[in-house]
Amino acid sequence: MSVSRFWRKIPQRYNLVGTQCTTCGRHFFPPRSLCPDCRRSGKIVDHQFTGEGTIVTYTVIRSASDQFEHTTPYVLAVVELDEGPRLTTQVACSPEEAKIGMRVKSVFRRIAADGESGTIHYGTKFVPAE
Amino acid sequence: MRDVAVIGVGCTEFGERWGTSFRDLFVKAGALALEDAGVTGEKIDALYVGNMSAGRFVEQEHIGALIADYAGLATNHVPSTRVEAACASGGLAFRQAVIAVASGMEDVVVAAGVEKMTDVGTGASVDMLASAADREWEGFAGATFPGLYAMIANDYMHRYPLTREQLAQVAVKNHENGARNPIAQFQNRITVDTVLNSSLVADPLRLFDCSPITDGAAAVVVVPLDRAREFTDSPVRVLASAQASDTISLHDRRDISTLDASVAAGRRAFAQAGLTHKDIDMVEVHDCFTIAEICAIEDLGFCKKGEAGRLTADGATALNGDIPVNTSGGLKACGHPVGATGIKQIYEIVSQLRGEATGRQVDAEIGMAHNVGGTGATVVVHILGA
Repeated sequence: MSVSRFWRKIPQRYNLVGTQCTTCGRHFFPPRSLCPDCRRSGKIVDHQFTGEGTIVTYTVIRSASDQFEHTTPYVLAVVELDEGPRLTTQVACSPEEAKIGMRVKSVFRRIAADGESGTIHYGTKFVPAE
Repeated sequence: MRDVAVIGVGCTEFGERWGTSFRDLFVKAGALALEDAGVTGEKIDALYVGNMSAGRFVEQEHIGALIADYAGLATNHVPSTRVEAACASGGLAFRQAVIAVASGMEDVVVAAGVEKMTDVGTGASVDMLASAADREWEGFAGATFPGLYAMIANDYMHRYPLTREQLAQVAVKNHENGARNPIAQFQNRITVDTVLNSSLVADPLRLFDCSPITDGAAAVVVVPLDRAREFTDSPVRVLASAQASDTISLHDRRDISTLDASVAAGRRAFAQAGLTHKDIDMVEVHDCFTIAEICAIEDLGFCKKGEAGRLTADGATALNGDIPVNTSGGLKACGHPVGATGIKQIYEIVSQLRGEATGRQVDAEIGMAHNVGGTGATVVVHILGA
C-alpha cells in the first residue's frame, strides 16, 4: 500500500474513527461518506468508536499473502462493534482462545510492513476483553 | 428483446500450463468455439472478454484489444470489450454478449474468459485474489480469500448442522466428476480422508476444500435464436440472464452464511425463465471453496438453509443424483482460472444439454450456471435450455 494511501486513513486505522449518519443515526465502520439508507439526504459526521465488541465469526489464517506470511498462524475475525457496525480485524490471541461470541476490545498494533525498508503499517487489532 | 442462443463452445485444458501464454490460451479457446459454431472470423460482430487481473498476473492491460488482435479480428476492427467482476468476470462477459444480441445491436457475438495465473508465485496469487474483497478494510487486516470463506464456514457450522465430513464430501464428489472430464486440472479421485488429512489453510478449511490456481480459457458464440439454425442443428437457448450485487465486504452482509446476491440473481433468473428449481436438471455452481457449494445449493433454492450438507452426503448432488451439481468437476477439480470460470460453466452446460459430456453425461434439458465474484458482491446466474 502506497504511503499516501495509508496516510490518509491514519485516524480511522489508528483510533477507530468512523462515521455516523445524523439523519438516521446509523454508525459506519469502515467509514462511509454516503449513508446507504438516506443517500443524499443523509448528513455524515465523524464518530469515535469505543472499540468494544463481539466476535461474530473467525478463522485461523495458516497460509497468507507474502506480506503476512511471517505472522501465521493468526486469528482473523469479523467483530461487531457495540455501536452496530461490523469490521474485519485480527484478534491478538491464541488460535485455541478464539470463540464465536467472545467479547473483545481494540488495541493499537503493528499490522504489516512494505518489505524490510518500507512503510510500517500500524492499525487496530482486537484482544480478548477479559 | 430477442431470444438468444448459444451455437458453439470451446475450452482449453485447465491446469498449470507453463508452456502456454495468456494469448495462446484465448486464441485456442476462441478457435475451438468458432470451429464448433461453424462461424468464420469475418462474421463476428463483437467480442466480450472476462478477465479479472491480467494487469497483475501478466502485467498486461488493454485485454480487449489484445484479444481482438491475436484472434485475427483487429484488421476487421471488431469491437472488443473487457469485462471485470473478479471471479464472476466470465459469467458477466457472457451476460454482456447476451444483452448485446438480445438488444438487437449485434448478431454474432463471442463471449470469452481467460486467466493466466501461474506466472506469479503462490503468495502473489493469494494477494491478487484478495483484491476481489475490500482491499482497504479486509485485505489490510490480513484477510485472504480462503480466510473469508473460512469465516463463512465457521459461522455456518455454528448455526446449522454441517459436519466436517459432509463438507469434505463436496470435494470428493467434484473430484469424482473431474476424473471424468478431459479438460479438468485434477482428474484424480479422492476420499474424505484425503480432505481431512490435507493441511489447514484457514480453519476449518483445508487444502482440499480450496479450488486451485489455474491457467485456462473458454469461449462461446451467441446469436439471435431465429438465426441459430443457419449455423447449427443443436442450438442451446438462453432462458435467463440475471445479475445481482451486494456489499463488497463480507462483514457488511445481512447474513454471513447467505449470499443474498445469489438469492436475488437466482430468483430473477427463475422469474425470467418462468421456471422453478424443480425444472433444473443440472447446475454448475461457484465452488471456489467447499462451503461455497453448500451455500450456493441453498441460496439458489434447491433446498432449505442447513440441508445442503446432508443432501451432498446422501449423493443427491452426484452425477446420478436428483440434482447433479458441478458435473464438470466444478472449480475444485476442473480448476479455477478466475476470468474463464464463468464461460467454462456455460461450456459444460451446453456440452451436457447437447449430450456430448462423454463419461459424465447426465439426463438434462435445462441447466443453470452460478458464478460468484468475491465473497458474493457480484453474482451472475444463467439458465440454458436445449
